[in-house]
Amino acid sequence: MSSIRFEQVGQSFGDRCVLRNVNLSLTEHRIGIVGANGSGKSTLVRMINGLVTPTSGTVTVDGLDVARHARDVRRKVGFIFTNPDNQIVMPTVQEDVAFSLRRRGLSPAEIAERTAAALEQFGLSEHAEHPAHRLSGGQKQLLALASVLVARPATIVADEPTTLLDARNARRIGELLHTLPQQVIVVTHHLHLVEEFDRVIVIEEGMVVADGAPAQALAAYRALLQ
Amino acid sequence: MIGLYSPGTSLIHRAPTLLKLFLLSLCVVLIGSSPNPWIVSGAAAGVVLLFLAARVPVRAAAAQIAPILLILLVTVPIQGLLSGWTVAALMAGRLLVAVALATLFTMTTTVTAVLEAFQKLLRPFRRFIDTDRVGLLVALTIRCIPLVSDIVREVFEARTARGTRGSLLSIAVPVVVRSLYAADALGEALVARGLDD
Amino acid sequence: MTDTVRSSAPTGRIMPARDLAQIAIFSALIAALGLAGPLNIGPVPITLQTLGVMLAGAILGPRKGTLAVLLFLVLTAVGLPLLAGARGGIGVFTVSPAAGYLYGWLLGAAVTGYLTARLLPKYPFWPALGATILGGIVAVYLVGIPVMALNLGLPLVTTIGLNLAFIPGDLIKVIVTVLVARQVHKAYPGLIALPKGRREVD
Repeated sequence: MSSIRFEQVGQSFGDRCVLRNVNLSLTEHRIGIVGANGSGKSTLVRMINGLVTPTSGTVTVDGLDVARHARDVRRKVGFIFTNPDNQIVMPTVQEDVAFSLRRRGLSPAEIAERTAAALEQFGLSEHAEHPAHRLSGGQKQLLALASVLVARPATIVADEPTTLLDARNARRIGELLHTLPQQVIVVTHHLHLVEEFDRVIVIEEGMVVADGAPAQALAAYRALLQ
Repeated sequence: MIGLYSPGTSLIHRAPTLLKLFLLSLCVVLIGSSPNPWIVSGAAAGVVLLFLAARVPVRAAAAQIAPILLILLVTVPIQGLLSGWTVAALMAGRLLVAVALATLFTMTTTVTAVLEAFQKLLRPFRRFIDTDRVGLLVALTIRCIPLVSDIVREVFEARTARGTRGSLLSIAVPVVVRSLYAADALGEALVARGLDD
Repeated sequence: MTDTVRSSAPTGRIMPARDLAQIAIFSALIAALGLAGPLNIGPVPITLQTLGVMLAGAILGPRKGTLAVLLFLVLTAVGLPLLAGARGGIGVFTVSPAAGYLYGWLLGAAVTGYLTARLLPKYPFWPALGATILGGIVAVYLVGIPVMALNLGLPLVTTIGLNLAFIPGDLIKVIVTVLVARQVHKAYPGLIALPKGRREVD
């Protein structure tokens, strides 16, 4: 597993403080992050692959400072967004997956082969040449996963990947996140999604307020909600 | 996206795109500068034959050419009164032939083929234009059309649902704001997926 | 949605991707507004495509706005039926009487964007209205009318007369553009790089 470290991390947009004094070392296989809307958890995970650069402190992935080595870090860390529509960047399913393999010095044959394999893995082969926007919401999130995994990252960060899906598709994505061999870090409001993870972190008003085994951390979170 | 392309196997479909483009421009220039009504009528007959040979659907072709007829309906009478009916007919004829030829080109050439031809034509300017980047932007935009169409449709529907006829402003503001949010999210996704790495 | 995307700090690294996304999205917006068909405001049907062109300049500024229009025109030229009325292909750029307006859109977006950048961050109403009229109407017709006269073989004055009918609708779109741009630039600063002082890449 990758080792992701937050050291004295703080983030403010103007005079609004979003995160303060976050110190974390993430090494477990599956980690859940929960917290209320606006608690800062989305900002926190965006720092892992450099989508957001902290205003103070440092984030490192396997010893690499994300702020200075964003390019290398992004090859290790794949990111799944909430809205599957906004992460599809190419017109057809196949082109979208292949997009992740640009500029990696792969031959067209290798790109085609790896793309086909990724589509196969997520049951999207028959849609390879279809326009990506015609897929269902669940299929779009599967496409997002395929597009990220085709680049063979060591870690997957997912920001509320099931929030916009119906119950059945949410369960399917949830099951996939449970079986991936990669390190998985999931931000979610669907608490049952992380109940069997190795570790759960609770964020409240920009700070880590609970951190530990799911049962204990989720109990603390539920108490906060009362 | 197949656009206006109408699939087929005719000689016109199979001809190299750059050759078609060249012949098209040549014909348009020759016919456009010809003062002889016979040449223009001959060209018109030739164009009809080409359409028959390409077997493109009449309706789809007519839809592309019809707007020109509407404009001619207004301008031919004006022109006839100003400079005589022969001149007016000649102008109308030239215009119809040229538009029909261009339509034929578009209907018998795939979007990909035209894009490739454009990239070839841009090659001498490689130093100024990153054709890879252009190709990427074109594909990204084609992907964005259904995304933004959904936004526009949802805002139109919300307006109908509220029952307010609403001003144009009540449509334009949410459409623009939501489009900008979509652009932000898409930009993030491009970065996360290594666009500039 | 939740506490998402706006948070992405526009650091040097991610600006290009965000710019690219804005260009593609606005290009798609011009297309989507054409596909949506005309909208009836009172008794007048208004084609929204040119509203998209004006918005591109006024919201994204000269460089990104003009590129968005250019990209839209490229997609149309290669054969996608994106012009209002589902038209496209190279014909509309060359021999069509209205061909000039398409080039006029480019100039229009550039002019609107250039002048808008100079009016920000205050963006006062009347100067903005003037700027958008110059870009959205004057610049477009400046290219559009001579080409129409040429392609139809009509005298310039007659062609200008034929175009007068479109001015009221264009004025409505200019006003809408300015009102939208006012709200958007207030809520969402930094879309257009300011010309002096901080010279970010636009």
